[in-house]
Amino acid sequence: MSRNIEVALYRLAHARSGDKGDRLNIALICYDPAFYATIAEQATAERVAAHFVARRPSKVVRYELPKLCAFNYVLDDVLEGGVNASLGLDGHGKSLSFFLLTMKIGVNAALLTRCTTSEFRERLQT
Amino acid sequence: MQQLVRIGCAAGFAGDRADAALPIIGELASHRDPRFLMFETLAERTLALCQLEKRRDPARGYSPALERMLPGALGPCLENGIRIIGNFGAANPRAAGERIATLARAAGFPRPRIAVIEGDDVNGLFSTEELAARQMDGKVLDPCANIVAANVYLGAEPIARAFDEGAEVVVTGRVADPALALGPLVHAHRWDWKDWQRLASGTLAGHLLECAGQVTGGYFADPGRKDVPGLAELGYPIAEVEPSGELIITKPVLSGGIVDRRTVAEQILYEVHDPSAYLTPDVILDITDVEVMPVGPDRVRVVGARGKPRPETLKATAFLASGMLGEAEISYAGPNAPARAQLAAEIVTTRMAKRMPELQIRVDLVGRASLFGTLAPACSTDADATAEVRLRFAAQHAEREPLELLLDEVEALYCSGPAGGAGVRRYLTPRLASASCLIERDKVVPRVTFLGASE
Repeated sequence: MSRNIEVALYRLAHARSGDKGDRLNIALICYDPAFYATIAEQATAERVAAHFVARRPSKVVRYELPKLCAFNYVLDDVLEGGVNASLGLDGHGKSLSFFLLTMKIGVNAALLTRCTTSEFRERLQT
Repeated sequence: MQQLVRIGCAAGFAGDRADAALPIIGELASHRDPRFLMFETLAERTLALCQLEKRRDPARGYSPALERMLPGALGPCLENGIRIIGNFGAANPRAAGERIATLARAAGFPRPRIAVIEGDDVNGLFSTEELAARQMDGKVLDPCANIVAANVYLGAEPIARAFDEGAEVVVTGRVADPALALGPLVHAHRWDWKDWQRLASGTLAGHLLECAGQVTGGYFADPGRKDVPGLAELGYPIAEVEPSGELIITKPVLSGGIVDRRTVAEQILYEVHDPSAYLTPDVILDITDVEVMPVGPDRVRVVGARGKPRPETLKATAFLASGMLGEAEISYAGPNAPARAQLAAEIVTTRMAKRMPELQIRVDLVGRASLFGTLAPACSTDADATAEVRLRFAAQHAEREPLELLLDEVEALYCSGPAGGAGVRRYLTPRLASASCLIERDKVVPRVTFLGASE
């Protein structure tokens, strides 16, 4: 059993934001199916709510999509009123997918090495 | 009869690239009927702006994207039997249709069959009070609100009917984005309006197409992590849909971008909330069991969409006037630049607090976590959480058009550039040059005329 190391979610998954009014959704997709269980266990709705606490989400729901190796997070009231009301540059929350990816996750070091390598292999094939 | 329907999507928003249609048309032209080219150019806000324009000029109020996107695409589509479906109509579908007819004549097609779809405008059909009572979230509209636009999301039925009746071009106002693909599919495959399974597949095809380049590698790239070749010539998507509803997403040969498991997965969940209940006017789409399978280079098969009977109600979006947004930027560089910027911020906010105390002002130090804001305070030790770059382009030219072109290209990065691009702002400010001259006194004859008056 190899040791666990802490890495940003960015190492394990990619993400895309979408908005509807003041509601943000972030699709989080594992680079490798082997990461799904680790993320399922640690990137819970509660932890994501805590990660975004400065935006005071009124509700965070996580949907699981194992066939896509993905999760969909829906965060309510985190867009400072949304694109028609926010005074910020990013009223859509388009950049916030990358904020989710800064969240820290503990992952088995051997698994990370093996799957990062396989990611490179897949990239060479496409 | 195993007839394959091909639908290309040449625009995912009003600011999208105007030249994306031609490679798709080239690809579609090499296949046999039925083939459709779809344009989605109507973000929620775009329609409200068009409504304001229509108030100023009743002959306008259609999407400005029409003038950028259709002149180049219309002739080649009509010539090759590729039918066009777009929501260019915005606040004035009829005027958009008439404009398209004019463009078609100019392209050598005197009598194209253009169908206009109306009925989405419900402002006037309901009083403000009635709309306020129908709000989903119940906090924006009050009975005294000044409503600029209220439009209901129509479904695919009128679109399918228009094609049934022989339309070569169908122009709509507000319709659900996936309906732009579902309409042609129901028409071409003769699907039943209660065949929830197939309607769900067609809706998923539309959902994957509706943001154009976002499924073919646009809004996806992250250098060194998710590399995408040829983003400057990104190929926009084509869906191939079988009578059963099974579908493949691909893109024109020799175009930039990629279609793979990852790009399709990101777009499947784009702007989705509950994956088991994606509500559209035509069907409730359940994508919980959807699977994506690469079946060739830049070809991905998508299966497993399920459908449930359509919702009882339609969704409408109302816009009300809510003032103006003012923005101003200034830069500081070199030693102690952040402190000087901070000082500048304090000066302005101090003075404004005295001069206009009710004005709420947001201050961002762009380059210091202005997007993540309080999520990642500038004092955070996480370099990734505070990392931020503002990319600025500037150019000068005697004419507007070359500059508009540059601003358009920057805005189009939303759907066709790298992942996570946010906060596009575009300002076009007149410049004044000055020169001093000496004029002979006898060359100057003072004269007075009134505009509109005869000599």
